[in-house]
Amino acid sequence: MKDVKVLGPGCKRCVATAEMVQHEADRLGIPVTVAKVTDMAAIAGYGIAATPGIVIDGKVVHAGGLPKAEDVARWLAA
Amino acid sequence: MSTTSPARQDTPREEPAARWVPRVAALTALLVLWTIVYAGLQPAAEWIVHQLPLDADAPVGRALAFFLYDTPKVLMLLTLVVFAMGVVRSFFSPDRTRALLAGRRQGLGNIVAAGLGVFTPFCSCSAVPLFVGFVSAGVPLGVTFSFLIAAPMVNEVALGLLWALLGWRVALAYLGFGLLIAIVAGLVIGRLRLEHWLEPWVRDLRVAPAAIDAPAPTFAERIDAGTEAVRDIVGRVWPWVIAGIAVGAGIHGWVPEHLLAAIMGRDAWWSVPAAVAIGIPMYSNAAGIVPVVEALLGKGAALGTTLAFMMSVIALSAPELVILRKVLTVRLIAVFVGVVGTGILAVGYLFNALFG
Repeated sequence: MKDVKVLGPGCKRCVATAEMVQHEADRLGIPVTVAKVTDMAAIAGYGIAATPGIVIDGKVVHAGGLPKAEDVARWLAA
Repeated sequence: MSTTSPARQDTPREEPAARWVPRVAALTALLVLWTIVYAGLQPAAEWIVHQLPLDADAPVGRALAFFLYDTPKVLMLLTLVVFAMGVVRSFFSPDRTRALLAGRRQGLGNIVAAGLGVFTPFCSCSAVPLFVGFVSAGVPLGVTFSFLIAAPMVNEVALGLLWALLGWRVALAYLGFGLLIAIVAGLVIGRLRLEHWLEPWVRDLRVAPAAIDAPAPTFAERIDAGTEAVRDIVGRVWPWVIAGIAVGAGIHGWVPEHLLAAIMGRDAWWSVPAAVAIGIPMYSNAAGIVPVVEALLGKGAALGTTLAFMMSVIALSAPELVILRKVLTVRLIAVFVGVVGTGILAVGYLFNALFG
């Protein structure tokens, strides 16, 4: 089970990013838990300067802007 | 955590010609088409107005001619500017900007920060994470503010519309003075040493920037970034542009000449502070406001007064201040508004003197 966290204050792109992660995981048949982190101090603790951010199993893979679906698939499969 | 974190790859990856050649060909074709259509806009608008059973010199005729010509013109120029900016922005990211600014001293740091503010992709919903990310990584407070002031104020929509409606001189002057306000305001805030007016959790936070392995975009991906920017930004602001031009067209057609000279003209010294005071609580984007500004100018309003209004609407908005309250104390927000407002005031008077 991969532990995915989507970091963002709850803007439209953050929601879209979380949906994309879930969608790609379902498509690839990778079991994941997707959690949204909206607390500003917690987000800052990951060392990113732009949202939405994606953290997979504790590692920051993306920060800033809507990611591309193919990239999300690559991060999940890694 | 990561065991291997190779440095960010700066050399572009190998890219097959099949990926970028069709894009360049399509871009060239579109640019040729753009030029032809653009050249034909004025005659086409005049022709349409002449076909209609109304007097071209009556208010309704003047308003309609203005609307028919300006709407496509502004949207076309805006598309061009947004595309170019989208491509340029693919060379920048908030993470790299932060790395460039961390540990910079006041002075040069403020200049670099304001310049990067123009080119770094920025959305206002990201303002707080960005602020915290910068400060916690050791970017000085004043330098962070220079970035945070320049990023929303000097944006491609404002520059594109100013260029389309008021000419490149005014657009350039807006760019220059917008940067100047960001630099000076950041310097002043830095000199005041107000770090203790940050919310305590922000002040005490020290975080190492995350190492993200992201390969540099390829040439084709940069072109796609420009297309994506057009789809996103023009797709979002076009109703504002049309609404703004419709209001502007109404002003062109029906508001008498010189009506505004007394209240918004350059001789009314109090009009600049009044414009700033009205502009701060207002929240709109440049797309809706520039066409109205342009129409007001034709009726005797002074350029500095109207630009001061526009800058205060865009750079200082109530919703943004509410968001920033999460990281700044009320006192620091008051200083921020005061310093930036004073800068806008100065620019308003200066513009009135220069372009009067």
